[in-house]
Amino acid sequence: MSNTILEERKDQIIRTGSGKSAIDMACNRQSLAGAVSQRACVFCGSRVVLYPIADALHLVHGPIGCAVYTWDIRGALSSGPEIHRLSFSTDLQETDVIFGGEKKLEAALDELIDRHHPKAAFVYSTCIVGIIGDDLEAVCRKMTEKKGIPVLPVMSEGFKGSKREGYLAACKAMFQLVGTEDVSDVPEVSVNILGDFNIAGEIWIIREYFERMGVKVVANITGDGRVRDVRRSHGAGLNLVQCSGATLDLAKMMEEKYGTPYIRVSYLGVEDMAESLYAVADHFKDIDPGIVERTSKLVKEELDKLLPELARMRKDLEGKKVAMYVGGSFKAFSLLKAFRYLGMKVVVVGSQTGTKEDYAELEKISDPGTILVDDANPLELSEFIKEKDVDVFVGGVKERPIAYKMGVGFCDHNHERKEALEGFVGMLNFAREIHSSAMSPVWQFVPRRANRNKESLKEAGNA
Amino acid sequence: MLKPNFVSTTNACKLCTPLGASLAFRGIEGAIPFLHGSQGCATYMRRYIISHYREPVDIASSALSEKNAIYGGAPNLKKGILNVMKKYEPELIGVATTCLTETIGDDVKRILFEFHNEFGDLDLPEIVHVSTPSYNGTHTDGWHGAVKSLAEQLYDEDSPENSSINILPNMVSCEDIRHLKEIMRNFGVKATILPDISETFDGPSYEDYVKIPTGGTPVESIKNMSGSRGTIEFGRCLQKESAGTFLAGKGVPNHRIGIPMGLRESDIFFDTLEAVTGKDLPEIYEQERGRLIDAYVDGHKYVFGKRAIVYGEEDLVTGLCSFLAEIGVDVVLAGSGSRNRGLGEAVKAVTDGMGRTTPEVREGVDFHDIAEEAESLKPDLLIGHSKGYRYAKAWNIPLIRVGFPIHDRFGGQRIQTIGYKGTLALYDRIVNAVLEKKQSDSKIGYGYM
Ligand code: SF4
Ligand code: SF4
Repeated sequence: MSNTILEERKDQIIRTGSGKSAIDMACNRQSLAGAVSQRACVFCGSRVVLYPIADALHLVHGPIGCAVYTWDIRGALSSGPEIHRLSFSTDLQETDVIFGGEKKLEAALDELIDRHHPKAAFVYSTCIVGIIGDDLEAVCRKMTEKKGIPVLPVMSEGFKGSKREGYLAACKAMFQLVGTEDVSDVPEVSVNILGDFNIAGEIWIIREYFERMGVKVVANITGDGRVRDVRRSHGAGLNLVQCSGATLDLAKMMEEKYGTPYIRVSYLGVEDMAESLYAVADHFKDIDPGIVERTSKLVKEELDKLLPELARMRKDLEGKKVAMYVGGSFKAFSLLKAFRYLGMKVVVVGSQTGTKEDYAELEKISDPGTILVDDANPLELSEFIKEKDVDVFVGGVKERPIAYKMGVGFCDHNHERKEALEGFVGMLNFAREIHSSAMSPVWQFVPRRANRNKESLKEAGNA
Repeated sequence: MLKPNFVSTTNACKLCTPLGASLAFRGIEGAIPFLHGSQGCATYMRRYIISHYREPVDIASSALSEKNAIYGGAPNLKKGILNVMKKYEPELIGVATTCLTETIGDDVKRILFEFHNEFGDLDLPEIVHVSTPSYNGTHTDGWHGAVKSLAEQLYDEDSPENSSINILPNMVSCEDIRHLKEIMRNFGVKATILPDISETFDGPSYEDYVKIPTGGTPVESIKNMSGSRGTIEFGRCLQKESAGTFLAGKGVPNHRIGIPMGLRESDIFFDTLEAVTGKDLPEIYEQERGRLIDAYVDGHKYVFGKRAIVYGEEDLVTGLCSFLAEIGVDVVLAGSGSRNRGLGEAVKAVTDGMGRTTPEVREGVDFHDIAEEAESLKPDLLIGHSKGYRYAKAWNIPLIRVGFPIHDRFGGQRIQTIGYKGTLALYDRIVNAVLEKKQSDSKIGYGYM
């Protein structure tokens, strides 16, 4: 792999059990020029988090591309309004770059707010806005007053870091909404769901579990999100934070200002899903002693349905090898455990934005010899696939063709998928998808396997 | 219709300039596109392109940070090129600027000049650059800009005269390019098609990850374009200055014609080919032509008088209007996200005397505009890329997918549109869409139509 990995990237990759520890891993770095990183930008991070708020206007202030590439590509569903699925842009032109775009921004907000009557508006700044120096905050302040709804600047100039900084910008924007609505009718046993984007209706699965446990959900942040809910989310008894990067900052801000405690949860896989529900029950058990029993009953019911099905698929999947490359590394923890349930071995784990702590934790739970990689690129990923002779790859849209080109099964596990993978039922969907990809007969025909089969036949003939 | 001073864009009907340049650069053998700007742009565009072609699309970036944005991106651009050289060993690097680097005023030409001075002792690939600010055009400008830069910057005045011809095919599909190549083979002429995305965006399954997919226009052939006997460039809405006019300035006669969609535009293409090559139309195209007319006759009643809204790249829209006019479909609105590319005149030129109505043409249009007008236009068909789907669904009419991006259907890169054969394929799809709609709207659902 000598010339696949650039010298400057060597300390962003380790093999577990090799003596080098993940705590020494370099991460949280600016991507290397010319390295064809799979990473996006600050703007992307903010957009990912805020996008599913369905009754808000999301206006991208910049030239057209940034808005177009984020237009309705995700599967974040809404049970009501769907303003979020539209793509709004100020579509800056050359004269705006020269003379500034504030007037256009104002006019755009005027026009769009009157047309769509959103409950709030998020205005995203892109690279170019940062350069020409438009005063987004001033325009937003003015429009807030004029329109009578919160108009919030999201300071997300793309070049100011990676996706992670975008998460923070999004949380800051949302935090301005929190605490601005009456919460007198919010019961004590209540939560906010943070960091779930309702991909393919996942949040509805999770909400149903909480209902069965007797827990009221105040705000979905942000899947199937509503501005009013965010405004009263400080009334909830507990924040549940899924996914390491995205909304943790908001939870921390809320804890500091409103004293709302938070726990980190995951709805992926059997163990993590169950553990998360138990953690919520545990939190409320003093106020509502019955909750623990209700939760156990729920988990048992769900597992009774799920486990026999998983066992059947496990027979086929046992021993197959998996590589995964995900955005935030928190998801990787759950996936790793989920694959163990299916009898599969995870041999490569990478993430775009993992922290040292994340990688250290990953190292702890992975088998020896697993490759851990930060901010990878197509050449590295393909090299790892080959070296480890991977059967299934888990990643996002940009990783899919890399796997497919080399004749490897794939499961889309990012925000653009249209399949619900959370909860117990999600685990079943996930297993089915992995199963149907790994077991498809098409892999016999791809050169990687076909040539090898030919070779081994030849050898057998010679022997 | 007069518009107010400024309106925002809702659901744009265009993409950004460097995306078009990246697509074109990917059609060169051994080439890798390189965006000079922040990481996000390159990643977004890769993602977007992948969803159409379903191929790995490696686009490098100079990954500028805040510091670079202030002090200039030169060091990152140079370092990025070196890294790409190390890892990809490309024959050509196509550098396109983004809005950011255009705005901070990076002089890419100068930076590359310095680069050549500093690293001249290395075995450098060809480096072609193009300026692609998105606040000043759309993806089609990026495409044509890149093609022009390739012709200009690889121009070799010493290249010997040869009997081949140049074809600048515009943004057609991989399948279309394959068809073009087949036509050239059957004509018995050598041709340089620039760019040639037929393999690089629709390649086979590999044993290993191939860093740069095989196929594409060889750099050597681009250099030899200056010795060709003529250039045919597709597009009635091209900028005045193009790769074709550049070569014309160097003595290679240029023939600018529409994208050969429909009978008449295809006729022009084949006539031009005959004229440039001095050869007669091969029998097989007489056949294809005859078959197309036969199909027009067989299907004419199904489509006559149907009302269509057409949108997308300006030259594609022009080609579609020409074709639809021939089969009696009334284009009630023809829209493109680009501005000042002469779409109105082009559409008029190809429909005059043929269609019953002159289509209303809108430049700089977005889907909000289209939707506003559609109310009163009552279209039966929507023809364009995937982004029109939500409207087709809302109006309960069929969407005929053509152009870029097609990301809610399979095989976008294999959609045929050009020549008699491509026209026929498109015609079949349109007639069948009309039949299917009729069938599903009917209570009885006739099984024989
Ligand atoms: S900044 Fe410009 S180049 Fe980058 S995505 Fe936005 S429009 Fe495209
Ligand atoms: S211009 Fe900036 S904000 Fe927009 S996509 Fe590119 S990096 Fe992201």
